[in-house]
Amino acid sequence: MSGRASGISDPGGIRLSGWGNYPKISTELLAPQSPAAARDDLLGRSGVVARGAGRAYGDAAIGTQATISSRGLNRMRRFDAATAQLTIEAGVTIADILAAFEPRGFFLKVVPGTKLVTVGGAIAADVHGKNHHRDGGFGTIVDSFRLALPGGEIVCCSRSENVALFAATLGGMGLTGMILDATLRLLPIETAWLRQDTRVAGNLDAAIDQLESNASSTYSVAWIDCLARGAALGRSLVYLAEHATRRDIDRLGPDLAPFPNPRTQRLSVPELFPAWLLNRASMRMFNELYFRRGAAHQGEPRLVHWNPYFFPLDAIADWNRIYGRRGFVQYQCVIPLERARRVLADILDRVSRRGDASFLAVLKQLGDGGGPMSFPLRGYTLTMDFPVSDTLFAFLDQLDALVVDAGGRLYLAKDARQSRATFESGYPGLAALRDIRQQTGATTRLASHLSARLGI
Amino acid sequence: MTGTKSILVIGGSSDIGHATALRYAKEGWRVTLAARDLAAAQRNADDIRTRSGVDTTVQSLDVLQTGQLAGFVAGLSVLPDTVVCVVGELGDQLRAQTDPELATTIIRTNFEAPSLLLEQFAQAFAARGSGTIVGVSSVAGDRGRASNYYYGAAKAGFTQFLSGLRNRLALAGKVRVVTVKPGFVRTKMTAHMKLPAPLTVQPDRVAEDIYRADVTRPRDVIYVARRFWLVMAIICALPETIFKRMRI
Repeated sequence: MSGRASGISDPGGIRLSGWGNYPKISTELLAPQSPAAARDDLLGRSGVVARGAGRAYGDAAIGTQATISSRGLNRMRRFDAATAQLTIEAGVTIADILAAFEPRGFFLKVVPGTKLVTVGGAIAADVHGKNHHRDGGFGTIVDSFRLALPGGEIVCCSRSENVALFAATLGGMGLTGMILDATLRLLPIETAWLRQDTRVAGNLDAAIDQLESNASSTYSVAWIDCLARGAALGRSLVYLAEHATRRDIDRLGPDLAPFPNPRTQRLSVPELFPAWLLNRASMRMFNELYFRRGAAHQGEPRLVHWNPYFFPLDAIADWNRIYGRRGFVQYQCVIPLERARRVLADILDRVSRRGDASFLAVLKQLGDGGGPMSFPLRGYTLTMDFPVSDTLFAFLDQLDALVVDAGGRLYLAKDARQSRATFESGYPGLAALRDIRQQTGATTRLASHLSARLGI
Repeated sequence: MTGTKSILVIGGSSDIGHATALRYAKEGWRVTLAARDLAAAQRNADDIRTRSGVDTTVQSLDVLQTGQLAGFVAGLSVLPDTVVCVVGELGDQLRAQTDPELATTIIRTNFEAPSLLLEQFAQAFAARGSGTIVGVSSVAGDRGRASNYYYGAAKAGFTQFLSGLRNRLALAGKVRVVTVKPGFVRTKMTAHMKLPAPLTVQPDRVAEDIYRADVTRPRDVIYVARRFWLVMAIICALPETIFKRMRI
């Protein structure tokens, strides 16, 4: 029943969008089933970019002419338990890696807020985790990768081979070549649990104080109530965590298995999520409950499984649908340390007055970036969702001005709308990326809608 | 864990073959992949070994060389507990209508070769007194359609072969035959097609259903994506006078 009658092969046009469902753009979509086929698809094309799991929020993984999906590059190659080195193809997801290796006592030292991203995407965006302030970004766990250049050449990049290309590819948003496979180092863990401490912070200053004074914590993040105003502006729950040891389990949860079997519970958001559910009153109520629940746990360390701790939203499939057909943009900026308190307070104040941001925002301390185009810089990053509306982009332009003025930048993996000027002022490493693109012949051959929009 | 059991997948370079072998490997079964394209099979074997930690080997086999099938089975170092045959090729129906050689290849790949090979396993399993034979056929074999009748006819033949084999072996005792009828599956074979989302499954769903039908809840004939059973029941119930006017 593999019908041709109903199954017309696609003449080359498909509408793609990022996770934010904005913007939706026509592109040719190629689906090679092996690294060699991916290299062949890349060869001789222009206006092409690789796409992983489609979890970049905006237009970063949509080629101006063609988009090459890496999802067929989903095979693992080899694992060496002695060195914890794992070689996998670029379309393998973090979820795949954790499913195979967590039961054997290995984790990934750097994970973003969703496990449903591919390794290729994680390298291209140099994603950061809740331990960036201490351990750096995804690039720090990458030993090497193979990159297909637009001319068809396949090069191996590491810290000793093609060093500049290696660095520029971290955070290079797929604009240096298509990552075919990579070798990572996994993190041995004693248990699947985290020992979590919750702190309540009454406002933004208190939240930053908490993050500063706990900078030695492996994992730290603050969930901010975006609706709180006045003296409570920026009130937060600060979550600190460490990988739990066997002794932690003996002490805090003697009934728990060190590596419990995963439960398969998945909620899903219906296609037509009723928009009226997302109103100010319901959001206020949610936040009140959320903060009371968090406050109740203050002071007592708790054991939390890695899955809800690192990937709280993955339990709700298609959560991006709650913002409806017009989609949403995620706004993620980083502000250098010395200006962070004042500028973030200003941003939060404007957001809470406007009142249509996501009910919860994430505040996180970052360390130095990994490559010339890596998003992180020493300071604080704030992340919020905004449903697309007629007035949104003008409002975000105002926030951009504050970010630029403070010497900050916006995260390209989340971006769908910043201006060239905002981008160029935030990324002084751009020259290095442009150099590399010239040398490898990538300049016009590799182009996403993001790179065309920002003139990369 | 059934650590001593082993599975042989014929068509080990395919997506369904890969997913099926991986599903068994996760339960500790030892895996052998047989395929014509050894490099592709090796890529799958490396993946299975890395993900599951289970020893995985590959064997060269071109099922269309039917004269060599008996030797292949006799030459296996271990006769597997389960053999899964996912060999198949959709082929280009339009071309096949004017190209007898292609039409022949479609028929041989989907019917002749798998049947002759599984007959060899049936005899070896019967001699041993145990084993499961899983044949991956297709819902396309349930009714002939304008768009793929060479493929459909060959799959129909394979389905009937499996049915007859099952009946023969049922009298002998402990050898089981499972017929699997996937509907639309997202694989290399269907990568160029638009498939109806509610009826389309991923290869690991086929693998899960095969594992269940073999090991945890033995069954003879399974439709992957259960709602396809209903779809095909309706399609098969349509009178030919009406069906021939429809573009299904």
